[in-house]
Amino acid sequence: MNGRFGKFGGQYVPETLMNALMDLEEEFEKAMSDKSFIDEYRYYLKEYSGRPTPLYFAENLTKALGGAKIYLKREDLNHTGAHKINNVIGQVLLAKRMGKRRIIAETGAGQHGVATATVAAKFGLECEIFMGYEDIQRQSLNVFKMKLLGASVRSVESGTKTLKDAVNEAIRDWVTNVDTTFYVMGSVVGPHPYPTIVRDFQRVIGDETKSQILEKEGRYPDYVIACVGGGSNSMGIFFPFIEEKEVALIGVEAGGKGIESGKHAATFQGGSIGVIHGMMTYVLQDDEGQILPVYSISAGLDYPGVGPEHAYLKESGRAKYVYATDEEAVEAFMALSKLEGIIPALESAHAIAYAMKIAPEMGKDKTIVVNLSGRGDKDIDIMSKIMKVEL
Amino acid sequence: MNRIKKKFDLLKSRNEKALITFITAGDPDIKTTEDMIFAMEDGGADIVEIGIPYSDPLADGPVIQNSSARSLKNGTKIKDIMNCIKDVRSKSDIPLVFLAYYNSLFKYGIERFISESLMAGIDGFIIPDLPIEEREELVCKLNGTNISLIPLVAPTSKERIKRIVESADTFVYCVSLNGVTGMREKISTDLKAYMETVKQFTTLPRALGFGISNPSIVKNVKDLCEGVVVGSAIVDLISKNADRGRKVKEFVSEMKGVLLNE
Repeated sequence: MNGRFGKFGGQYVPETLMNALMDLEEEFEKAMSDKSFIDEYRYYLKEYSGRPTPLYFAENLTKALGGAKIYLKREDLNHTGAHKINNVIGQVLLAKRMGKRRIIAETGAGQHGVATATVAAKFGLECEIFMGYEDIQRQSLNVFKMKLLGASVRSVESGTKTLKDAVNEAIRDWVTNVDTTFYVMGSVVGPHPYPTIVRDFQRVIGDETKSQILEKEGRYPDYVIACVGGGSNSMGIFFPFIEEKEVALIGVEAGGKGIESGKHAATFQGGSIGVIHGMMTYVLQDDEGQILPVYSISAGLDYPGVGPEHAYLKESGRAKYVYATDEEAVEAFMALSKLEGIIPALESAHAIAYAMKIAPEMGKDKTIVVNLSGRGDKDIDIMSKIMKVEL
Repeated sequence: MNRIKKKFDLLKSRNEKALITFITAGDPDIKTTEDMIFAMEDGGADIVEIGIPYSDPLADGPVIQNSSARSLKNGTKIKDIMNCIKDVRSKSDIPLVFLAYYNSLFKYGIERFISESLMAGIDGFIIPDLPIEEREELVCKLNGTNISLIPLVAPTSKERIKRIVESADTFVYCVSLNGVTGMREKISTDLKAYMETVKQFTTLPRALGFGISNPSIVKNVKDLCEGVVVGSAIVDLISKNADRGRKVKEFVSEMKGVLLNE
């Protein structure tokens, strides 16, 4: 297995973890060529998470914008409300296969934490979730859910007390308990083989989309658009389309309060190449490599790095990366709610926002697929504050 | 000859074990760093490790994380650290080693970091997040300089040890446990078997680090290695005492005393 995507990726971790990463790679490769493992993974995707998710024609949104046809890949309809569970089911089955009894995970908004706690409950594994102190304050509902599901939630008080530090702390825990513990990485980030593992467990999004759009339109879409924090939902939907050169792939990062303001999480806009969380990739950092604090209205995009395969797709020009600001995401959030009766996650609203920007300029014969990576229930609190409505 | 190598040769001829001490540069400020290096030297430290403060120190526990954060908050820059080292070097011949995360070198420019380190008088690098798989570029660029890249082995390294120690030229840093840096009451790893394994693959001195925080631990482990690394315990003393110079010197001298006692 190649640990790099061009010059990106690699394994910049303490020596203590190296054998564990190699074991993981070996076991992952074996599992992926083991029919019984794949069958089990597919069984739980279908029966437990409710896949396949629909590819829904957003007719009202399309009409309102007056241009390209917009389809939504409904990852929000997964069990636990986002695409995260696709990957978690895969990794927890892998953990089980490797005989690990304890799993750990990092979480930002709490979506990956809830998905991990859910699948851990289902398979009876001990589960500990690392979450930044700041995020715990902002996402109390998800914290409660994780506890209800039997996980313990460890408040991370180091650094900026957000997702980045939750990853650091989870890695530190893994270094300490490497013999007994499986780290369920939540995005296409971290040391090799994680970016590949997470991509391969998320590519089901793109694989389904491909056959669904062929059925509906008889051809591939002109654009596939997805939001990018670490980049797992986008890599999941992009990957099967990489070979289809006529399909434009657009990743939408979190522009926060605008790139000039410095308060954003758009790694490809303000970042440079560096090392974070064991991988070489684009990083928001200063001249001496100190990781900078990031900001976005959506906690799930609030990450100073990006998956190394995205860095590769950017450098090779195969995918294009843009951003949407908080304001644009909020607007898209409200538009989709009103026009389609679908409340999107604020993360996914970034992708919707970009589709809303380009669709009117496109002909009616063109099609756009937007990955609706999660549902917006978790964001009701923050949205009510923005709309100045008291709950 | 590299100062680290020279020091270990000297210690060997005296049948002594090395005491390697660590501080974070710029904690609480860069002037203190120089004072602390001399306090440690006066206390009997043989080699001093200088930590380049980093925002995301993956291999460190809370004590060193917090000291890094304090240093960065005070605005410590690599240039300040290089100047501090230059100053120390003009007054002392004690071997000095940088402990830095790879991104600090990478973003600064590896060649620039190496050349400034050479000019300042640094003798070695320890990069805790650069396993053998990733170290080739740095090894190439260090080739022909007098800076030693000190590799780390861990209790989980097993069959990797041979390859890890292959390119070592001064000493091998043996991580004592699964975990991050920090003070501990005792170390429960089966160190004897582990250190024996390392010895099978190298004749270089083996320094044991992580969790070596009190005299009784030093007493228990000293016969298994050629040196010990003490970090968090010193950083902790610096952060908690106004008369840190005296406290650090006393502590270092106590630890060295244990190493010297038969």
